[in-house]
Amino acid sequence: MIFEDEPVPGYPLPILPGHTSPGRLERILRAGQFAVTAELAPPDSADPEEVFQRAKIFDGYVDAINATDGSGANCHMSSVAVCALLTRLGYALVMQISCRDKNRIAIQGDILGAAAMGVCNILCLTGDGVQAGDHPQALPVFDLDCMSLLSTARTLRDEHRFLSGRKLSYSPRVFLGAASNPFGKPREWRADRLAKKVAAGAQFVQTQYCYDVPMLKTFMQRVEDLGLLGKVFILIGVGPLRSAKTAEWMRTHVPGLHIPDAIVKRLAGAQDQAREGRNLCVELIQQLREVKGVAGVHLMAYRQEESVPDIIDRSGVLQGRIPWHPGRDPQRSPQRVAAS
Amino acid sequence: MYAVRLWSVRHARGLNTFYRGFETALAMLHPLFKRLGYERLEPPVAAVERTVKGFLFDCKMCGQCVLSSTGMSCPMNCPKQLRNGPCGGVRDNGHCEVRPEMKCVWHQAVTGSARIAGGREALSQVQPAVDRRLQGRSSWLRVMRERAGEPA
Repeated sequence: MIFEDEPVPGYPLPILPGHTSPGRLERILRAGQFAVTAELAPPDSADPEEVFQRAKIFDGYVDAINATDGSGANCHMSSVAVCALLTRLGYALVMQISCRDKNRIAIQGDILGAAAMGVCNILCLTGDGVQAGDHPQALPVFDLDCMSLLSTARTLRDEHRFLSGRKLSYSPRVFLGAASNPFGKPREWRADRLAKKVAAGAQFVQTQYCYDVPMLKTFMQRVEDLGLLGKVFILIGVGPLRSAKTAEWMRTHVPGLHIPDAIVKRLAGAQDQAREGRNLCVELIQQLREVKGVAGVHLMAYRQEESVPDIIDRSGVLQGRIPWHPGRDPQRSPQRVAAS
Repeated sequence: MYAVRLWSVRHARGLNTFYRGFETALAMLHPLFKRLGYERLEPPVAAVERTVKGFLFDCKMCGQCVLSSTGMSCPMNCPKQLRNGPCGGVRDNGHCEVRPEMKCVWHQAVTGSARIAGGREALSQVQPAVDRRLQGRSSWLRVMRERAGEPA
């Protein structure tokens, strides 16, 4: 899909009425297209090429790339830096911000900086506890929580001021996102929590991995009952499971993750378990597309990123649409925008 | 104390009713407190508040109490200090992902608020970011001044 009002491909778009960002992800969602986002695992490296290579895998298959912020409380290249590198090439990014490592002074500065670099989407997260990662000795900050982070970002954008009240000369034009776990306990309150996030400013959500479509449907019914459909775009988290053993390990060790027994059994019974995991992911995406209120999928293919194009391709959800990527329209654009 | 904290959530309705009465009584004492001087009263009142609420709720004296909106489960006992509901990592048995031996503060809050009339609505209110300057100060005195229309 080429937007006709795209000045230079990869550059921010004009902001349409009713939109809050110049980004392609918001355009796609508001146009009613089924959106695809994917998570990029930032490298344990200071080499920018590693970031470029990891992004290139998704070329032509995703509408935006999530840059994670110390996910699992493990140290990697920062989300701000990954966004800085990739926005230079024109990629659409979802910058993740976790409340674990920074206070409100640092976070507000990052939001301004991100928008200045061309980041159009921000995902507001509480973040994992430090005990989950490779630096359990660290100080957990948690000055804000995901909810107050959302309202902080909205204050910067809509009220053109910091939390302190000090005015901004230009506000960050960002599309605000949050996470949601429809499968976590207390399950009956999960949709209500989403309602609260929408009230705090969330315009889209990306969920925890979904391996149980009936359970998701129950959640979506409650979301509809709360009158949230149409107020928030819901992208469901999906990802290929490498093997029955991986699935078993994940559901035992990752709190809040729900994988039904039937899924583990199906993987265990397969000749090629990794292939079966990918097939399962394709089927899930196809089923999710049919669920009322689902606006897209968010692929988290940790250490299997190279399988994303094939999964998206086989799911057929893009319906022939090729999301923009550097070099897609050679006759129209410079590929890499020189820093001048 | 952990066991007492769980008891308090089980008795959220009674405690909330008691607190409502207590808050009204406090509000009536405003003229007296004003004459004595709120700042002078801060240390002894904060000490009493710390003892009572510490015993009942494992109160952390954040200075901006939201217990009535959280089913009498103190959110500052959450390792992530969440003020707006449970994170995505609550275990299947309703325990905390960071401290597996502890029941999730927010799982408790959802249970406790179901026992209070209007508790669910209160739980749905978006709580603002914590003002860290109020740490250690009395919430009671703050509420008294707010109710009297004075700057807290």
